[in-house]
Amino acid sequence: MSEIVAGWPILSIVTFLPAAGALLILLSRASARGENVGYDNGVKLLTLLITVATFVASLFAFAAFDFRNPAYQLQESIPWAFGASYAMGVDTLAMSLVMLTTFLTPICILASWVIEKQVSSYMVLFLILESLMIGVFCAQDIILFYIFFEAGLIPMFILIGVWGGERRVYAAFKFFLYTLLGSLLMLVAIVYMIATAHTSNIPALTAFAQSGGFDTNVQIWLWLAFFASFAVKMPMWPVHTWLPDAHVEAPTAGSVILAGILLKMGGYGFLRFSLPMFPVASEMFAPLVFTMSVVAIIYTSLVAMVQEDMKKLIAYSSVAHMGFVTMGIFTLNIQGVQGAVFQMLSHGIVSGALFLCVGVVYDRLHTREIAAYGGVANRMPWYALAFLVFTMANVGLPGTSGFVGEFLTLMGAFKRNTWIAFFATSGVILSACYALWLFRQVVWGEVVKSAVKSLSDLTLREKVILAPLVFFTIFYGVYPMPVFNVTSASLEKLISDYKAAIAAAGKTAMLLN
Amino acid sequence: METIILFAPLVGAIICGFGWRLIGEKAGQVITTAMIFLAAALSWQIFLTFDGETRSIPILDWIVSGTLHSEWAIRLDRMTAIMLVVVNTVSALVHLYSFGYMAHDENWHEGEHYKARFFAYLSFFTFAMLMLVTSDNLVQMFFGWEGVGVASYLLIGFYYRKPSANAAAIKAFVVNRVGDFGFALGIFALYFLTDSIKFDDVFAAAPALAETNLTFLWSEWNAANLIGVLLFIGAMGKSAQLILHTWLPDAMEGPTPVSALIHAATMVTAGVFLVCRMSPLYEYAPQATAFITVLGATTAFFAATVGLVQNDIKRVIAYSTCSQLGYMFVAAGVGVYSVAMFHLFTHAFFKAMLFLGAGSVIHATHHEQDMRNYGGLRKKIPLTFWAMMIGTLAITGVGIPLTHYGFAGFLSKDAVIESAWVGSSYAFWLLVVAACMTSFYSWRLMFMTFYGTSHAHGHDDHGHGHDAHGHDDHHHEPHESPMVMLIPLGVLALGAIFSGMLWYKVFFGEEAAVRNWFGMEAAAHGEAHGETAAADHGTEAAATETHDDSAATEAAPAEGTAVASEEHAAEGEAAADAHGPAGVAPKGALLMLPFTPEEQAVVDTRLDAEKAAKAEHAPTTMINAAHVVPAWVKVSPFIAMLIGFGLAWLFYIKDPSLPRRLATQQRPLYLFLLNKWYFDELYDVVFVRPAKWLGNFLWKKGDGNVIDGSLNGVAMGIIPFFTRLAGRAQSGYLFHYAFAMVMGIVILVTWMTLFGGAK
Repeated sequence: MSEIVAGWPILSIVTFLPAAGALLILLSRASARGENVGYDNGVKLLTLLITVATFVASLFAFAAFDFRNPAYQLQESIPWAFGASYAMGVDTLAMSLVMLTTFLTPICILASWVIEKQVSSYMVLFLILESLMIGVFCAQDIILFYIFFEAGLIPMFILIGVWGGERRVYAAFKFFLYTLLGSLLMLVAIVYMIATAHTSNIPALTAFAQSGGFDTNVQIWLWLAFFASFAVKMPMWPVHTWLPDAHVEAPTAGSVILAGILLKMGGYGFLRFSLPMFPVASEMFAPLVFTMSVVAIIYTSLVAMVQEDMKKLIAYSSVAHMGFVTMGIFTLNIQGVQGAVFQMLSHGIVSGALFLCVGVVYDRLHTREIAAYGGVANRMPWYALAFLVFTMANVGLPGTSGFVGEFLTLMGAFKRNTWIAFFATSGVILSACYALWLFRQVVWGEVVKSAVKSLSDLTLREKVILAPLVFFTIFYGVYPMPVFNVTSASLEKLISDYKAAIAAAGKTAMLLN
Repeated sequence: METIILFAPLVGAIICGFGWRLIGEKAGQVITTAMIFLAAALSWQIFLTFDGETRSIPILDWIVSGTLHSEWAIRLDRMTAIMLVVVNTVSALVHLYSFGYMAHDENWHEGEHYKARFFAYLSFFTFAMLMLVTSDNLVQMFFGWEGVGVASYLLIGFYYRKPSANAAAIKAFVVNRVGDFGFALGIFALYFLTDSIKFDDVFAAAPALAETNLTFLWSEWNAANLIGVLLFIGAMGKSAQLILHTWLPDAMEGPTPVSALIHAATMVTAGVFLVCRMSPLYEYAPQATAFITVLGATTAFFAATVGLVQNDIKRVIAYSTCSQLGYMFVAAGVGVYSVAMFHLFTHAFFKAMLFLGAGSVIHATHHEQDMRNYGGLRKKIPLTFWAMMIGTLAITGVGIPLTHYGFAGFLSKDAVIESAWVGSSYAFWLLVVAACMTSFYSWRLMFMTFYGTSHAHGHDDHGHGHDAHGHDDHHHEPHESPMVMLIPLGVLALGAIFSGMLWYKVFFGEEAAVRNWFGMEAAAHGEAHGETAAADHGTEAAATETHDDSAATEAAPAEGTAVASEEHAAEGEAAADAHGPAGVAPKGALLMLPFTPEEQAVVDTRLDAEKAAKAEHAPTTMINAAHVVPAWVKVSPFIAMLIGFGLAWLFYIKDPSLPRRLATQQRPLYLFLLNKWYFDELYDVVFVRPAKWLGNFLWKKGDGNVIDGSLNGVAMGIIPFFTRLAGRAQSGYLFHYAFAMVMGIVILVTWMTLFGGAK
């Protein structure tokens, strides 16, 4: 298969295929004029086809990719304005996140079948969003990265603001402002870096940084600037409060993308920029990150326990799970980092699936309030089963994908510091409390509420949405090796480069002294 | 063959769980049951023909990250063989029993399908349990560990409409998670220090761990002891030991076959299994094992006291299970792992039988569980009565004192108590008192249920709402259970009678036989190695805090080592090899080291000197020492049993008004016991409510006031401003403006790309 795509700008194709689809829909809308149900359904179908085609295209990229090679591959580069270039390329980490994106988006489109308001605009936005997300992971130029990274906010902002729930405008602005404010600092840092290194190419910047281009003081400021952006995106405690609001108000598919992909950009950013480019500062700030991660795990788990809104509970649990990711990344040993990446992928599947599960009952009863449910298992046995699998994955049960990442990050953390491991491990107790409590309140019990009596089990469409997620949740829990095989090369290089940089910095420091 | 045993239950569970709509519920039930019977038959074949040689059968890679290499693999040794038999036998019988027990269940409406689900869960549980006992590394064991947890959660919550069942299910899972928290930390620590999670590597490194210190939290700890305690915390959760025991009584919300399989015979013994499995580590962790001994003994005592006053038939047996698990931990704690396994083995039979018998009683009385409403059932359900009688004789330990003839419990429990005498007098006395109480509550159960007059009439007046389901016509006529329920009782009865006598030799007989059976190397004991060696390297060896054989190799200049070294050379002591830097795992399923000199000195004072002198083997190991304890020690559990029986007879046959009078007289004590020492209430105040309060506090105050509040500009200032702006603009230009922006970026990028490429 790799021969087929040889010479093709395959990453650009994957990235811009959805955007091209969006353009197509816009053109068709211009000619159709006067939207109707038939037209809407056509648009839905077309969008689904485009996203599936994108997924297939990404499979080609995947096939052409050599996973034993830790370097950037499938590179494309076209000179651009201001010394920047349109440069694309992926390493094993980026490739796996691209796959996650292209895999989740068709599922989101299927989940959006219930949308009735301004369907074509919704689909256009979604397609643009997909392009921008893939672009973030593929960009090899830091300016290009920044454009994708920031531009992704806009379609998400509109998706929440227009198709969201009651307090959608508040949530949309909160989301937008939090993430934008964080990113502005990053922009300043990027400008400084380009001015110093005279390149905006990410591999070149990395090489520059690793050859000692940024001295320690500079690293500290740059690190903090990037951290401001990624910490909000992640989100890390205490800048997480935008997430529950955004999740609650976002339409189901928006929540899935938010939890599944957008949050991963923070983790991706740490691995792509903070660690390789500012290793000394990373080492210095690792304790801060650990503390924030551990606080996040315990704090948000406790908060999750008392939520009355299903989506809010899952949103808070997302923050806790992201705490494992940041903790794992900064342990800087192979278990921690691999665990963190695995956790990102797994969380993309599991929390996405949980939001879909909420969406399934929300579509029927139009409420997210936990107390409005109870005894759903009586009416929806298949739903109960799927929900159970995802709940268990959320709890981190061995045999589900949720376990592998959590366990590895904790193992990595233990090597770093037992306090961190101790407190973070206590999170597994708390996650059992809130997740099982939610499951009990919604799924178990006698059917008391008349609305619940009228529930019908999963439709074929919903089964098609949830089945692949169930499959991967269990498959990666039992046999996570594919993910490890795919991601390990770049991560191992990342860690060895990091260690070398730290050692070199240590040597210089000693010489200076 | 091992692979078939392992996966047959899973296949059954999947076919039954998902396929019953196609093949029918009955077919699903039959398939799961057949699969387990197949597994059970193969297990017995392995058990009876196994040669003691440890084997490892890899299946698939699981988690490979850096040096962490965790596989799906089967470790087959004597421990595995024992557990295979226990798990599959009981599971097969429980499956069979469930055909009858679950045939009609008034928790479900007419026409509802629940049986296939039940059987699928049971089989899934069996699979997870097999994963646990066959694993050859700690992470796979953790999979089984949590897998049985989730199966238990599902089965406790099987009647998912009952709020009490749901609460109990969550409680079981969460409390077990607290234990797993310790277990996981133990695994992390082991991996951190030994760079492996495979049993063989860990065992090989154990002697070195004993001399390593690890900084954990605020202090430095001896690594072996620390890891031992952390792993034991996991065992405490799973095996319902004190502090983490509160979930087990509540778990009785599950259907009774579940209680028999999971909460008596198999899952709850996983903790004991873990400690025995890790014996090569625990042998080097004296403080951890001391802790295990004390906690096990205390649990045995505590649970027995609570069992005295409970009225729910299943709860009595649940507390009895809790107490018996304490016995097993004492055995493991004092270092006779084979005895712990012995009691585990026999207990599986008689406790499963007691539960299934209780289930038969409950079935006969139409789901009545309060013993005060029983009485005089002996004539009505005679077969069940005899089964329960055998179970009671077994658990109370009836046999001929000072011989090896008796019911299963007689042999295994007495073995525990004799060993406890050698190892810890605290444990010994608590266990003897507990034995008395065991006898009391077991006979109390028998007398209240099967003797006296029927109390079923008074029952309706109590207003238990029991007759609501329209069974009134045969409500007062208890009926004997069907054959599918009685056959398992019969098979288990055989186990309860004979399993002790049949396997006494290999669990607690001559040490050589035990070692041979478990595939261990011969012990380093001999005539010359007894008290002289102990006296000789007293203080020197004590300083190294290791066992005398390691002192022999490592502290070479110590006095008296010449003697010891000679013995090692002569006897090819394997344990000594394990002390080399590149250690090898000890051979066999267990490790039981001889006493250290200072231990030996204490032990010698507790033994019957005359017998010890005459004995064929010097009492340098726990097994040999336990055989030469004074005669009164050996008889004491028997006497305790008689006292318990006598009191029960007095209270419930001779003078049935006595219990009530005593309860009134000693009201505070009675309430204290009835309310299970107020553990639940305590935890509610100390953990549950503060956690909820804190959650609310952090949410409302932390997230709300502090974070959003201090980022005031965002939450309070800017956003409302924009919101107002947006409110006006919402459907108007703002949307289009933003939309245009997005499109602009896309077009910009596209344009750059296309035309940049053309150059």
